[in-house]
Amino acid sequence: MRKVYLDHAATTPVRQEVLDAMMHVFKEVYGNPSSIHQFGRPARKLMEEAREKVAKAINADPKEIVFTGSGTEADNIAIVGGARANKKKGNHLITTVVEHHAVLDAFKALEKEGFEVTYLPVDAEGRISVEDFKNALRDDTVLVSIMHGNNEVGTIMPIEEIGATCRERKILFHTDAVQTVGKIPVDVKAINCDFLALSGHKIYGPKGIGVLYMRRGVRTQPLYFGGGQERKLRPGTENVANIVGLSVAIELAVAEMAEESARLSVLRDKLIDGILNNIEETRLNGPREGRLPHNVNVSIEYIEGEALLLSCDMKGFAASSGSACTSGSLDPSHVLMAMGLTHTTAHGSLRLSLGKSTSEEDIDYVIEQLKPIADRLRAMSPVWEKFQKGLPIT
Amino acid sequence: MYSDKVIDHFTNPRNVGEIEDASGVGEVGNMKCGDIMKMYLKIDDATNMIEDVTFKTFGCGAAIATSSMSTEMIKGKTISEALELTNRAIADALDGLPPVKMHCSVLAEEALKAALLDYQKKSGKNLGLNEDDFEDWDEA
Repeated sequence: MRKVYLDHAATTPVRQEVLDAMMHVFKEVYGNPSSIHQFGRPARKLMEEAREKVAKAINADPKEIVFTGSGTEADNIAIVGGARANKKKGNHLITTVVEHHAVLDAFKALEKEGFEVTYLPVDAEGRISVEDFKNALRDDTVLVSIMHGNNEVGTIMPIEEIGATCRERKILFHTDAVQTVGKIPVDVKAINCDFLALSGHKIYGPKGIGVLYMRRGVRTQPLYFGGGQERKLRPGTENVANIVGLSVAIELAVAEMAEESARLSVLRDKLIDGILNNIEETRLNGPREGRLPHNVNVSIEYIEGEALLLSCDMKGFAASSGSACTSGSLDPSHVLMAMGLTHTTAHGSLRLSLGKSTSEEDIDYVIEQLKPIADRLRAMSPVWEKFQKGLPIT
Repeated sequence: MYSDKVIDHFTNPRNVGEIEDASGVGEVGNMKCGDIMKMYLKIDDATNMIEDVTFKTFGCGAAIATSSMSTEMIKGKTISEALELTNRAIADALDGLPPVKMHCSVLAEEALKAALLDYQKKSGKNLGLNEDDFEDWDEA
């Protein structure tokens, strides 16, 4: 059976060049980068070279790059640390209802500390309105966090304008760019952000490594204590192999971005059209334009997402769903619900995220396989039956 | 995550479909929670035997598997035996369910009882089922 991996938004395989660079570190450069002896110095050198590569990839200065254990950790240092460090200036924070839980849960924690948070709504395509954002600003707003690209529906947010407004009003602006680095241009100066988070394993690098970009002169507080590493913002012995792996991954991703994103956009559109045209009662979640090149999110109405996923897996292709049943909760994806989808539509969502290994033959295969899967599940769905008979669905 | 039996019943569900002249039909669940199960029973009035049972389910792998297994467990049984079927027995028959999926087995038990309640109403027999005990039912 053909095996097709279409869950690149969840994680990506480590590419060979990354693995080779990491193996070199594991085998040859095992010293602690904080040690000043002949074993530590090469590790420090490799780490600082990696910092330069990462900085170059997002148009930052190497001194503005902090290595973390994950994108989540980078989000947390930016948001929780940033808000705490600037509490004297104000108590109000702004984010959106469709952020990744790494961001949303950080804001929930800050609310418990007494901060007030405005959660901006989104439109039917998952995009916030700049006007809503401007209206939410207050004199005591100290920090704004708005994701660059949505991990579920691929919507690209208008963050350049938001960043410019924040800069003008001296409000800290953080963006979670975990889904966008290596897919679309990410330039911290053009975005006008003070913080930016990215992650290694979304760009064919290793898991367990993230980056916090922190603009020079910006204040935040550490969440952990115990060492002077990473300017005391992320203490703990640096994971040199992962850092080096991430730097190779980001360098290659940015170098190949234009060509690869163009290729994926074509495949993405073919997959979207193939599903919508082949299977009745389907809809695209998220926008047609202004969408990440690797993201497809569709709802196949009147069937449930986890059953859909299991069926896809049995046919050899891996995807993900915003169905409640995959998360163990009763509510489907907060992103899909915030976009105004009904429970029926949200429960039947399927995210297919493309990547380097995705070929046109893979797309043809998935389009071909999805129709009988949908037919089979609908044949046993009482909701499909109600729809066909024109009965109300509750 | 799922046992081989769950996957088997999900992949090859038994007794899927409708019974046109069903003796009792029960539907439970709602779109908000993401699972809807509908069960059809054909009962021999003279012997109280469940001659045929089918289901239709909107839900996850566990929901489909528990529906399928519960139909297997009551087909050919008497009403009294069917009333003794518990969600735990359904889950055990599937070699267990993940804790977050146990509600699917509850739904399967309730779908069966909803269908029997419908039969109780239609047949006039007292099966000891009380509508007030099942607040969330959407009757067929």
